[in-house]
Amino acid sequence: MSRKPYIREVSKTSWFLSQPRYKRYMAREVTCIFIFAFTFLLICALGSLAKGPEAFQSFLHALRSPLGVLLNLAALVATIYHSMSWFDVTPQAMPIQRGEEFVPGNVIVGAHYGAWAVVSLIILIWGI
Amino acid sequence: MSEERQIQLEVLRYNPETDSQPRYQTYTVPCVNEWVVLDALNYVKENLDPTLSYRWSCHMAVCGSCGYMINGEPKLGCKAFIHEYGDHIRVEPLANFPIERDLVTVVEDFIAKLASVKPYLIPKEDKPISAGEFKQTPAELKKFKQYTLCINCMLCYAACPQYGLVPEFLGPAAISMAHRYNQDSRDGGRDQRQEVIATDEGVWECSFVGACSEVCPKHVDPAGALQQVKVASTIDWYKEHLMPWVKK
Repeated sequence: MSRKPYIREVSKTSWFLSQPRYKRYMAREVTCIFIFAFTFLLICALGSLAKGPEAFQSFLHALRSPLGVLLNLAALVATIYHSMSWFDVTPQAMPIQRGEEFVPGNVIVGAHYGAWAVVSLIILIWGI
Repeated sequence: MSEERQIQLEVLRYNPETDSQPRYQTYTVPCVNEWVVLDALNYVKENLDPTLSYRWSCHMAVCGSCGYMINGEPKLGCKAFIHEYGDHIRVEPLANFPIERDLVTVVEDFIAKLASVKPYLIPKEDKPISAGEFKQTPAELKKFKQYTLCINCMLCYAACPQYGLVPEFLGPAAISMAHRYNQDSRDGGRDQRQEVIATDEGVWECSFVGACSEVCPKHVDPAGALQQVKVASTIDWYKEHLMPWVKK
């Protein structure tokens, strides 16, 4: 008897709509667009800084426009979501074994949040 | 006494001899809440339709044969209790695999991929039986024990969108099994396995959706294994290119 397997095609463009967990994954991936946009903005800042104080001042002025504030807010939210989604999976990617037992996952995740808080605090104090 | 209730069991059928594409067929099945979906399928086979084809064996989540899509989610038929579902249950063959007949899928691709990672101990050095066993501490065992629980049920492949989009992807279970032996203190075959798993079609095709670990019925956490392989492979790369004098 000959075989005739049936292959179900997977849509290359809408596969992620089929499951909530795929949508969550795509949400994480989409955050990189905002992170790219913010990085691009930083490069623009450097470019205007190189042109002189006047150019930099007008760049800062543009940043204070509603569009500039909106872009920064969106980038902040996206970066926080991106970072949190990765912190949450660090125990899977970087398990630490002490003797026979593994260090509990929440300790590893907590250490990442702690390090994040410390670095943010240093930047805040340094910035002020 | 357990309460009996009727469910509508909607099963995706495909007969390669007569059908050009799969079709749904619904059976009315009287069942008790303690039943699992596999029991309902067995009821259909024994009482309603002997032509229904599906794989199963142990009925206790050990053999890994009865993986189906149950209401769109990869599940073991023997672990999916009727009481967790409403009165309408849809059963389909595991996603991302070609359908051989009804709920039976073509699994040659997975079997070949599993074999390609050499999922067995490759001792560091040959030693005669008279030299005794290869000893291992409880800590060394614990390092990989979780990965030994894999029953090759392929639910992780059905959950992995990457495998669905790129069939060449080696996939979660095969790479996890390679990781299991790489982590074993008695094993010396890592270099051989790295040639297969630290490749574009290997671990680098994984984008860490994490669905494999969410559906794994044995809590193996294949997604974790794959990320650990990525970390180790990256360290290998840096050692090889920046510190060639350091032995791996």
